[in-house]
Amino acid sequence: MSEELLSWDKLPIGGIPPFPSTEYKTGTWRTFKPIIDEEKCTKCFRCWLYCPDNSIKIEWEADGKKPRRFFVNYEFCKGCGICTKVCPVNAIEMVLEGEK
Amino acid sequence: MKIEGKQMIDQMDIILNGDEAVAYAVKQSDVDVVAAYPITPQTIIVERLAEFLANGEADYEFISVESEHSALSAVMGASAAGARAFTATASQGLLLMNEILWIVSSLRLPVVMAIVDRAVSAPINIHCDHTDIMSARDTSWVILHAENAQEAYDTVIQAFRIAEDERVLLPVMVGFDGFLVSHTSERIKIFKDDEIVHKFLGGPRKIPKIELQGKTTDFALWPKTPVPITLGPLDLYDYYFEHKIPQAIAMENAYQVIKEVHDEYAKISGRSYGDGLLHPYMVDDAEIIAIVMGSTAGTMRYVIDEMREEGLKVGMVRIRSFRPFPYKQLAEMIKHAKIIGVFDRAQDMGAQGGPLYVETRSTLYDYDLRPKVVNYVYGLGGRDTPPSLLRGALDKLYDILKGKEKIFRRIYLGVRGPEVRGE
Repeated sequence: MSEELLSWDKLPIGGIPPFPSTEYKTGTWRTFKPIIDEEKCTKCFRCWLYCPDNSIKIEWEADGKKPRRFFVNYEFCKGCGICTKVCPVNAIEMVLEGEK
Repeated sequence: MKIEGKQMIDQMDIILNGDEAVAYAVKQSDVDVVAAYPITPQTIIVERLAEFLANGEADYEFISVESEHSALSAVMGASAAGARAFTATASQGLLLMNEILWIVSSLRLPVVMAIVDRAVSAPINIHCDHTDIMSARDTSWVILHAENAQEAYDTVIQAFRIAEDERVLLPVMVGFDGFLVSHTSERIKIFKDDEIVHKFLGGPRKIPKIELQGKTTDFALWPKTPVPITLGPLDLYDYYFEHKIPQAIAMENAYQVIKEVHDEYAKISGRSYGDGLLHPYMVDDAEIIAIVMGSTAGTMRYVIDEMREEGLKVGMVRIRSFRPFPYKQLAEMIKHAKIIGVFDRAQDMGAQGGPLYVETRSTLYDYDLRPKVVNYVYGLGGRDTPPSLLRGALDKLYDILKGKEKIFRRIYLGVRGPEVRGE
């Protein structure tokens, strides 16, 4: 969420959010944080496919055809743990926030 | 106000019941979308609106829906897309709509809805009382209440102007009494030419502009807006409260807009109802003032005329705008009286009294010298309210003034059995 909160007279009517949803950071809701072990990861795309918040991101090889690595966008990840459940090689660990 | 000159030419006499009068008003108001589910005593409105369309007399989109929850949802979507939209319901239908009522008003969508007042179950009853519309009193809809078919016609036309005014942008309910008004034929005046109504409404609905992310955009869900908007997303403790303030201010603005629209309409129609908020009758020198809403006002006027002939100083204020409630204006109008009798045609379970009583009594609190205020709950489930019943109630108020009768808080008027008195 944006740093500065707007007062009521600066808001559009009808409960319209003043910012696009990309500005509304939901990462602070997280209790557990997914950590991807890049050694174990087989780049199967399952976590990317199942993530309900579109928070699994991909870094591509220079040719743009193969993924180099998968990583989590912690600004939006709410820590639901679905990625951990669907990972076939147990490459994603859920860690209590602040522990790692 | 006298009807003369141009106004006479513009209008024609027609025999319509309250429901038909509302359907005519909707047809003439250049409405884009109608979605409604029939329920007694509102059914005739929906039937007529479907007939107009079938006969080629109207060109709105008519959506047949499976429930009132869907009816209001469909109308909400249409309004969000920029349409002028109308629906109508009563009693259980309004209760089923309850969830969507709050959403329509909070999204600031200028929907107009006719409420044909009917008692609420259980037991099942199709006849008039105001318990249904009173259940919507906190939903942030503007609630206007008409006395007869003529006023229902006039008020529906005014309602579109009020709802769509940029100072308001809130949905408007137009209530009137089930059967007593909805199914009673009256000779009323309507505009001969739809164009007169179109002109009064300022043409098709105008889409308000809002500032969003540094740009001016349309307050409507359509893809061509400079900045697309989202209506009704998650809004937590950081912004929800702030979003409620403009809504509260819009309701405050409605006092002025209701009056302005009423006055402007009076100029083209020759008909006025007090100042649009309150419709007083013989209050200036009155010792006893009755507060009423709806068709009972007609009966009350008859009783007041009778009592005035006997030299008794009695008056009445009919509440035309229940939300926003014109508390300042009401207090100024009634504060000189000795005793106020508030007539509520709605249930008062667990409250200090009926909804009109609670509002009226509260308006007078700031005055050092204030009249006594007592409550009559009457006419539930369509119980007949003849002049003799109202006369008896007003005579009782005189007895209190003379010290012959003990003051009470609330009495159920016109019910059989031992008197149940709220002290």
